[in-house]
Amino acid sequence: MGSWYWWMILGMAVVTYIPRAIPLAFLEGKELPQTLQNVLRNIPYAVLGALIFPAIFFIQENIWYGVIGAIAAFGIAFTGANVMIVVLGSIAVLAVLSLII
Amino acid sequence: MNGREFSSGLKAGTSIAVGYFPIALTFGLLAKTTGLSLIEAVAMSIFVYAGAAQYISLSLITAGVAPAVIVLNTFIVNIRHFLMTAALNEKMQPDDRWKKALYAFGITDESFSVLATQKGNKLSTAFAVGVIVIAYGSWVIFTAIGHLIGANLPQFLQASMSIALYAMFVGLLVPSMRGNRKVVSLALIAGAVNSLFYFTEWLSTGWAIMVSTLASAIFIEWISRKGVAH
Repeated sequence: MGSWYWWMILGMAVVTYIPRAIPLAFLEGKELPQTLQNVLRNIPYAVLGALIFPAIFFIQENIWYGVIGAIAAFGIAFTGANVMIVVLGSIAVLAVLSLII
Repeated sequence: MNGREFSSGLKAGTSIAVGYFPIALTFGLLAKTTGLSLIEAVAMSIFVYAGAAQYISLSLITAGVAPAVIVLNTFIVNIRHFLMTAALNEKMQPDDRWKKALYAFGITDESFSVLATQKGNKLSTAFAVGVIVIAYGSWVIFTAIGHLIGANLPQFLQASMSIALYAMFVGLLVPSMRGNRKVVSLALIAGAVNSLFYFTEWLSTGWAIMVSTLASAIFIEWISRKGVAH
């Protein structure tokens, strides 16, 4: 790659950093209106929903990986296991599955 | 810096490090096949640190797309972090602006999810730094290793590890879902709206996640206000 590559990296770094930094740096010490605070408090769970669905079903071309992986993840999570167990358990279930398929 | 907080942050971030491992490894490998040197590939992971945008940039480089367009596309894909850091700010303990601006660099979908779903009140800067350091370390190191070994994991492991980050999101969501209809509704509505965007292809992934998150968060707030008013 030529020098353009490094300029591109610089540009990508700047435009990625700005949306990350502005709220944390500039909302510091500011009291937001209650309604806005409530909406912001809802964001984490809404984000998780949007990050999980529908992408979890399409992790592999073979849809069964996603479907069985999702069932495994939710199944293990509902037993009350911690996050690490959910992650490793789901991987293990799919590893067994892919040895069978 | 509080050492205890920092190490519990490291611990909380371990599942991200595991989830990043196959993705960073594959990124390093793909970067190599795209023609990037080791330094160039690792530099992108060091300075940009955004999985989806990095993957897309590789395919755009291969397609010969202008660098300025790649930068613009990166912005569009990553603008959703604006929403996440605004939400995260409510959860973080007050601290010097420069410190917050510094750890803001490490906020990804994954570190945001881990931080924002922590139980208890305000999170310390040291805890956030712990989560970020282990996730970032995994991303950068495995990018390099992927490029160096230039080979992928065995197919069965690659396929099964692709569930890791989604399993992590599930593992973070479910404990808050139990007995809390509001959390269940927030996640289901956002997931349904995002699925609609996915199947209709009305919005690209970055926008779709942002719009569906906002729609769900605002809708639920509106509903619960109406509930209080009546």
